[in-house]
Amino acid sequence: MTTTTAAPFDVETVRKDFPILSRLVHGDKPLVYLDNAATSQKPRQVIDALVEYYEKHNANVHRGIHTLAEEATALYEGARDKMAKFIGAPSRDEVIFTKNTSEAINLVARVLGDAGPGYRVGPGDEIVITEMEHHSNIVPWHQLAERTGATVKWLRLTDEGRLDLSTLDSVVTERTKIVSMTHVSNLLGTINPVDVVVKRAREVGALVLVDASQSAPHLPFDVSALGADFVAVTCHKMLGPTGIGVLWARLPLLQELPPFLGGGEMIELVTMEKSTFAPPPHKFEAGTPPIAEAVGLGAAVDYLTAVGMDAIAAHEHELTRYVIERFAEVEGLRVIGPNTAENRVAEVSFALEGIHPHDVGQILDEQGIAVRVGHHCARPAVVRYGIPATTRASFYLYNTHAEVDALIAGLDRVKRVFT
Amino acid sequence: MNLESMYQEIILDHYKNPHGRGLREPYDAESFQVNPTCGDEVTLRVALADAKVGDVSYDGQGCSISQASTSVLTDLVQGRTVEEALATMDAFVEMVQGRGQVEPDEDVLEDGVAFAGVAKYPARVKCALLGWMAFKDAVSQAASRAEGATR
Repeated sequence: MTTTTAAPFDVETVRKDFPILSRLVHGDKPLVYLDNAATSQKPRQVIDALVEYYEKHNANVHRGIHTLAEEATALYEGARDKMAKFIGAPSRDEVIFTKNTSEAINLVARVLGDAGPGYRVGPGDEIVITEMEHHSNIVPWHQLAERTGATVKWLRLTDEGRLDLSTLDSVVTERTKIVSMTHVSNLLGTINPVDVVVKRAREVGALVLVDASQSAPHLPFDVSALGADFVAVTCHKMLGPTGIGVLWARLPLLQELPPFLGGGEMIELVTMEKSTFAPPPHKFEAGTPPIAEAVGLGAAVDYLTAVGMDAIAAHEHELTRYVIERFAEVEGLRVIGPNTAENRVAEVSFALEGIHPHDVGQILDEQGIAVRVGHHCARPAVVRYGIPATTRASFYLYNTHAEVDALIAGLDRVKRVFT
Repeated sequence: MNLESMYQEIILDHYKNPHGRGLREPYDAESFQVNPTCGDEVTLRVALADAKVGDVSYDGQGCSISQASTSVLTDLVQGRTVEEALATMDAFVEMVQGRGQVEPDEDVLEDGVAFAGVAKYPARVKCALLGWMAFKDAVSQAASRAEGATR
């Protein structure tokens, strides 16, 4: 009898699975990829799954009765099963494939405006978001408020980059219809106490949407434990292809809420007079879905599961600890966000005294180090900290301590150019 | 591609010791320009006298490329006729948008030739042009105002 245990986590073994990590940039510089909060790199297993799908199984899903259509459908729906299991969804029918997180949030914001009396957001209602949201969790709510006469209210931030929950009870009130918040900030790396907000939302009967774009790729993740009503995930940040995301929602909500886009795949019956709609999840998946992308996502989920999310989280926590420790040695460097490894992920924004982030990013790039500079689509939070932009280094399962050292050496070079 | 190809010493000098910085009176027109992708901004004022560019003053915040380029601009346009200044601007724009294929004329662009390397970095071209866009806008406002006044 054999027992299967996950192999111990070894970053060098992991790195071998990612072809792009062995490329050189600017001639002879090894790539140091620290822009994982923007998108992750893809392992060979995901790339192979895409190629194999197109070489052997490509067909449209659900309608055909030929071999390829059945194979494509099984792969597409199989990816839904894998994703359901990965995020701890009680039912596979609660997993809706979208284009990305933005589309998932737009879906919810749109249908809440169109919903029946129970869930409809209308004049006098309030929508609560936080100051650390990505624009994709701000703009759809501005638009919903504009359409319906509702008001957007904000949970603010503390100086150290946490949610200021001292105002929770006065901001989330009986007027609140929905609270939409990020689980992990893409700018600050902060892990938010979603449970505290959910508890307050339950007291006042508000729905809760959680943007898990920056948490699902990095932390063991379970929608049931999270306690929210909606969860949005984008899959290209978790080793999957671009062009596919997931909206998870409680099944009774999906059954009751009206559809988002209309078209093929999402109907029950169409007559010349009217249309009726399929049950979830298909009700929310109009048109030919991202089939190959779902297949790639399935391979990504398999990969993450095989490595183990606990091991990934532990590796990244250690990298966080190390980068925070090394950053403390860099004169003139100010971490924007929690200056500790606790309750934060390995995405660290910083400002370098007197040097603009664009210049920092450019000189790091010349050394092969890829970071993100700018407002990271979270402009309200950047403004909150009194700066025009930040430089952000964000890590993933394949990053190493040596790459942190390369970043520190790179920053030293930046400072030598500008002082 | 080596680092020095974009961050020329001339650029770093203008960044650290900018020429003509600070907003001054009197002026005929003012333009505010912002690069929404990075938040770089510049406010630039132009005074015109007898079809010539008088004082050009500015303030702003941003990367070395946007701020140094605006500093170089003031050297290149002040005291020139509006026509000459706009021709210099055209030469600068052509150089930085030329993807490295345009050989700059040092007699026309002076310190501005240091920005030739920027042409190879598409993401930074807008930075180099920020001050120039403000200059173009301010001159055009001032000219149309002057035209309105003589009617």
